[in-house]
Amino acid sequence: MGDPVTSIASWLENLLLGWGLSPGWVVFVMTVLGVFILATFVLVLDIFLVWVERKVVARFQDRLGPNRLGPFGLIQPIADVIKLLIKEDITPKGADRIVFNLAPIMALATVLLLWAVIPMAPTIVGSDINVGVLYIVAIGALSTLGIIMAGWASNNKYALVGAFRTVAQMVSYEVPMVIALLVPVLLAGSMGINSIVGAQNQLWFVFVAPIAALIVLITSIAELGRAPFDLIEAESEIVAGFHIEYTGMKFGLFYAGELLHTLTVGALISSFFLGGWRGPGAEAYPILGVGYFFMKAFFLYWVIMWIKYSLPRIRIDHMLNFNWKFLTPLSLVVLIVTAILHKVLENSDFWVYAVVMLAANLLIGWVTLQILRSRARVERQRVAEPRSVAVPPSSTISNPTA
Amino acid sequence: MTALQIVFFIVAVVTIFAGLMAVTVGNLVHAALWLILSLFGVALSFGLLSAGFLAVAQVIVYIGAIAILIIFAIMLTRRVATDIGSQINSGWPWAAVIAFVLCGGLIWMLREWPGFSTLPPQMSARADSLSMLGMALVSPNAYVIPFEVASVLLLAALIGAIIIAWERK
Repeated sequence: MGDPVTSIASWLENLLLGWGLSPGWVVFVMTVLGVFILATFVLVLDIFLVWVERKVVARFQDRLGPNRLGPFGLIQPIADVIKLLIKEDITPKGADRIVFNLAPIMALATVLLLWAVIPMAPTIVGSDINVGVLYIVAIGALSTLGIIMAGWASNNKYALVGAFRTVAQMVSYEVPMVIALLVPVLLAGSMGINSIVGAQNQLWFVFVAPIAALIVLITSIAELGRAPFDLIEAESEIVAGFHIEYTGMKFGLFYAGELLHTLTVGALISSFFLGGWRGPGAEAYPILGVGYFFMKAFFLYWVIMWIKYSLPRIRIDHMLNFNWKFLTPLSLVVLIVTAILHKVLENSDFWVYAVVMLAANLLIGWVTLQILRSRARVERQRVAEPRSVAVPPSSTISNPTA
Repeated sequence: MTALQIVFFIVAVVTIFAGLMAVTVGNLVHAALWLILSLFGVALSFGLLSAGFLAVAQVIVYIGAIAILIIFAIMLTRRVATDIGSQINSGWPWAAVIAFVLCGGLIWMLREWPGFSTLPPQMSARADSLSMLGMALVSPNAYVIPFEVASVLLLAALIGAIIIAWERK
């Protein structure tokens, strides 16, 4: 009753078996059907995301957003899709046609692949593999590839520069992200995402490992290439980066891929740190879990949008320094401290364990802030001290002390 | 023929075809992309053998690190990518002989291997191959020494990279 998806799946399975299909073929048909339904659901959700994005950014910028077509402008995304579909499809001269057309597909398909392992409810999960976290990292590598292909095949120097920046950014931010993702893996004792959600039955991991959650959020935004890490498509520097030459629905695929990726990142962080589908009554009625899951995912989606529309773009050397000199050492410290405390407090009461973990995280955060403050003081002094500046020759003669 | 066998044949044909294309196409970036497809096919084969960890590690290491490094190197040398030179040099007969000898040797060795006709053993649902692999890597009775040697080697490579990139003042 509370689990319609599983009941429909088992009914269909029995029906197919009753038609005389061999069990191997039934598994095959059910898998293909599952992939088809999940992908369609996520893509339809994606159309709705365009509306969410436009409506929320309008609120951040003190506007109303789309409000003419349908109630609250809800039909606007359909109109957007029709507009994108009937636009002229341009392939630039000198472009590598096959790679050029393959890149947008890669960009969207890699995001869809992530949904295969995200548990929406205790029983509604595409594939509950035991290497879920590594799978997500691997798919992240593939999405980098899609952007590189777009940048290279466009035969455009801005696109190529955007692709170079992508590689620098995504490959760097993968390091602290993977290290920080090891913290929930360590706390849950498993790499399967459903097991990680299951291990948060007493307390969400965000309270046990807040710094790791923050690092994962920051690095995920960098992997998304959203502001303040949108150097890969910085409009003021390289026009639009890797998707500069794309028109119509091909650009639409990049845009849809980015929006969907943002929601996917929200879903992943909510599974790792905010208890995923957990909530009152979610275990008895899995359909409730789907509701909790999307509430948390959309909350994080909103947080990421909030950051995007509040912060200016980070400079490229700051971006790399921030990653290698701040996030990577911090994530290593958090991982080591968490691992040691997890082993030391193995047999103690759960609440003692949780409080000590939280205290350790707060201590690390406080020490980090102190170090940052002393570094900033040195930096301020360096900037403030008088520097030799070029002055016109006439003023040097009239005022030699300047 | 079961559904799994059909999927395996499709994956195998695509993998081999992509591998052939990787060494025969003229454009270097296309060769790298075909190589990625071939490596992805190998990862899928691991997945079909229920070796999920190997499949994912294959994608992370070969596609996420090595292939992207290759593409990056090619992109930085753009003129090379458009060069269409000869695909073979004068040493090709030797390469062909070695390839045939290796292939023949493998076939001869696998001639009497019983694995072709036996079914895979049913793993119990509780056996977690991933945690067993993890325990084996740090167990003194298993692979702890190779594991530690590999990590020292990686650390040495890391330090070496820093030394090379060090800006001497």
